[in-house]
Amino acid sequence: MSNSPLTPGIVPGRLPADAIARNFSDHEPALDRHEARVAADRCYFCHDAPCITACPTSIDIPLFIRQIATGTPEAAATTIWSQNILGGICARVCPTETLCEDACVREAAEGKPVEIGRLQRFATDVAMAKGLHPFTRGAPTGKRIAVVGAGPAGLSCAHRLAMHGHDVVVLERRPKAGGLNEYGIASYKATGGFAQKEVDWLLSIGGIEIRNGVELGRDVTLDQLQADYDAVFLGIGLAGVNALRAEGEDKAGVRDAVDFIAELRQTSDLTQLPVGRDVVVIGGGMTAVDAAVQSKLLGAENVTIVYRRGQEKMSASGYEQDHAVQSGVRIIHNAAPLRILGNGHAEAVEFAYTQDGPNGLTISSETFTLKADQVFKAIGQSLAGAPAGLQVDGGKFSGPSGKVWVGGDCAAGGEDLTVTAVAEGRDAAEAIHARLTGA
Amino acid sequence: MANLASNFIGIKSPNPFWLASAPPTDKKYNVERAFEAGWGGVVWKTLGSEGPPVVNVNGPRYGAIWGADRRLLGLNNIELITDRPLEVNLQEIKEVKRKWRDRALVISLMVPCDEDSWKDILHRIEDTEADGVELNFGCPHGMAERGMGSAVGQVPEYIEMVTRWVKKHSRMPCIVKLTPNITNILRPAEAAKAGGADAVSLINTINSITSVNLDDFSPEPMIDGKGTHGGYCGPAVKPIAMNMVAEIARSAETRGLPISGIGGITTWRDAAEFMALGAGNVQVCTAAMTYGFKIVQEMISGLSQYLDDKQIGLSDLVGRAVPNVTDWQYLNLNYVAKAQINQDDCIKCGRCYAACEDTSHQAIAMSADRTFTVKDEECVACNLCVNVCPVDNCITMVPMAKGSVDPRTGRKVGDYANWTTHPNNPSVAAE
Repeated sequence: MSNSPLTPGIVPGRLPADAIARNFSDHEPALDRHEARVAADRCYFCHDAPCITACPTSIDIPLFIRQIATGTPEAAATTIWSQNILGGICARVCPTETLCEDACVREAAEGKPVEIGRLQRFATDVAMAKGLHPFTRGAPTGKRIAVVGAGPAGLSCAHRLAMHGHDVVVLERRPKAGGLNEYGIASYKATGGFAQKEVDWLLSIGGIEIRNGVELGRDVTLDQLQADYDAVFLGIGLAGVNALRAEGEDKAGVRDAVDFIAELRQTSDLTQLPVGRDVVVIGGGMTAVDAAVQSKLLGAENVTIVYRRGQEKMSASGYEQDHAVQSGVRIIHNAAPLRILGNGHAEAVEFAYTQDGPNGLTISSETFTLKADQVFKAIGQSLAGAPAGLQVDGGKFSGPSGKVWVGGDCAAGGEDLTVTAVAEGRDAAEAIHARLTGA
Repeated sequence: MANLASNFIGIKSPNPFWLASAPPTDKKYNVERAFEAGWGGVVWKTLGSEGPPVVNVNGPRYGAIWGADRRLLGLNNIELITDRPLEVNLQEIKEVKRKWRDRALVISLMVPCDEDSWKDILHRIEDTEADGVELNFGCPHGMAERGMGSAVGQVPEYIEMVTRWVKKHSRMPCIVKLTPNITNILRPAEAAKAGGADAVSLINTINSITSVNLDDFSPEPMIDGKGTHGGYCGPAVKPIAMNMVAEIARSAETRGLPISGIGGITTWRDAAEFMALGAGNVQVCTAAMTYGFKIVQEMISGLSQYLDDKQIGLSDLVGRAVPNVTDWQYLNLNYVAKAQINQDDCIKCGRCYAACEDTSHQAIAMSADRTFTVKDEECVACNLCVNVCPVDNCITMVPMAKGSVDPRTGRKVGDYANWTTHPNNPSVAAE
């Protein structure tokens, strides 16, 4: 007898293979040519457009949409990539509803913005399918730069450096490049191995060598890198996971949501991936939503996100919250975990209601208990493995120092988003280039 | 990226996109912004004679028509030539040209129809180092009533006369801008050529009333309860302009006369179409007035991509469609096509059916479940269904193979044959 959503414990194969395949297919399918044309037609080609300002990478959105409208999506892709070399993945994972599309004047006019994210995907998909890579390496400068971390920040930095003719070595602790694009986002947002395809496409510019399995602090030190290279870029992300500080956190069945998501992304046959019957996700960000929704899609019977503050404070966007609810996930606000219950293995979580007042969060005496054979912790990541000698403020590198530049989630400034990381990597590359060449 | 560098009658510009003589090219501030945005050249807004400048109305000077989603399709205006002092314009032109050596800067002129006036203005502009002059024989309002603009452009003899004066008193390349407010564009074009013009540019604006205020009973734009006809431009006039360009490009009398194409050019595609019909470069106004100078970036990237895809150079494009512009009588009457509806793309709106059933040849069938199919035995391939279908490329015209039988006529599709040899042609039967 195979498993079902009702099977107790953490087990694989709760749903038939075809249901799982359907659940993990592209959750927002690509626009076809006609749809893209109609969507592009809605853009007003605003002057000094608010959408550009809202984009952390400042893509010239009206221009690329006009290029789609006039039948040249390839030119549109070039416009996108010249600002954001990971425009393909950003089109899929950006919270556009809080960025460009929130700023769209048609959002103000009609509550229905131009579908910028989907149009960006249309253009980059068309151009990538044609094998276009509209950038070439500059004349070799003889300068060598080490990039630590092959995530969005590191890849963006490496590509821009390669464009300027520098030689780049990217050191990555994981077996694959891509960072959170490969290990961290929900599977249905980047189907068909898109993250790796995009990495391969990015590397086709040449001049970038990726060394996997190399970890800063373990296999190489920052001092060594500074001695061996002309400049160093750190895009090491936030490898640490915040603890719940709730009793029983060490019980079996309690796990970091980021590890679950990474495992899911690297599992070729999702019918083999175990998931609980009653899953509780603690946190209020994108990671919490991604873990919760994917648990549900794997066949968990009950999935609940519990967030200690009010709905308005959740860092997951409204769109993501709606997506979770539509997927059958329950979201409970204003509750904090007190203890994980169970004999060696998690069986339930006891929560206390909270109040978010002027003096901060207070825990009330009202409690409730949720059944939970699997508990995911998604209350944020933190900087881990930071080399000594760099200034850290508020848990992040505060800025460049000597011949070391920083960017992405590990660096101060901007939100922890792929698109922000791409912008910071790109800008660091320009700063490094300027320093090394006096340009 | 294809090289878009353009050489039009010896005037070089980094691309073939010029701003037409109009409000966007009225002064240094605008022109420099245009050059910064990437425009290849400008024709400076028309200068008049020395003396007190013309005045403009102080109420609305533009009227418009819109398509769906309030997309501006046609614009008309009752603005006159520059209302700034001649000296200010000349000084600014000189400054701009010195700063932007690689861009084309042509001066549009309109002065009274006597030789001294033309001689004088040509003398005045001499040391601006401008690349050429464009004679404004086109403006249909305000100036025409004073014997200038289209009042000259509608009389071929005047065009020839003034063009001669200009060529006599100036060594600058001379472009004659033509008005479309005539019955046959070839006569003014021939006159320009006879007068020694280096090129013609067309079209200027078309006489028009864009709308009527149904409360005040006045044309719009309305000035204190009254309105007047204005010059019409924008995407709506493009087909009219393209026909006139093509006529000049293919006429035996005017063939080879360089043409600067103007009329509703909004995208790279519009520009490419004008150039294929014989325009050596293009001039743009309404698109810039609607969307700002930045639109030139799409024109540059689009035309460049197109030329790359076709693997041709810019000069190869110019006039490439001209040999295929012909007279009706030479069209192949043995070419037979049938409409085909792609059922996967069809959204079942039924517009093709309404158009065909009510107004054409009753050649589309509609089933109870709203499936629309073409009746080949009725279809004359008129193309109306294609034109009214909201889905691009859902309905296509598929040519029938030679030798196959047209189910409508029962006749085999034969070799090329046209009206000049058709048995129904009375002049053929008479022979």
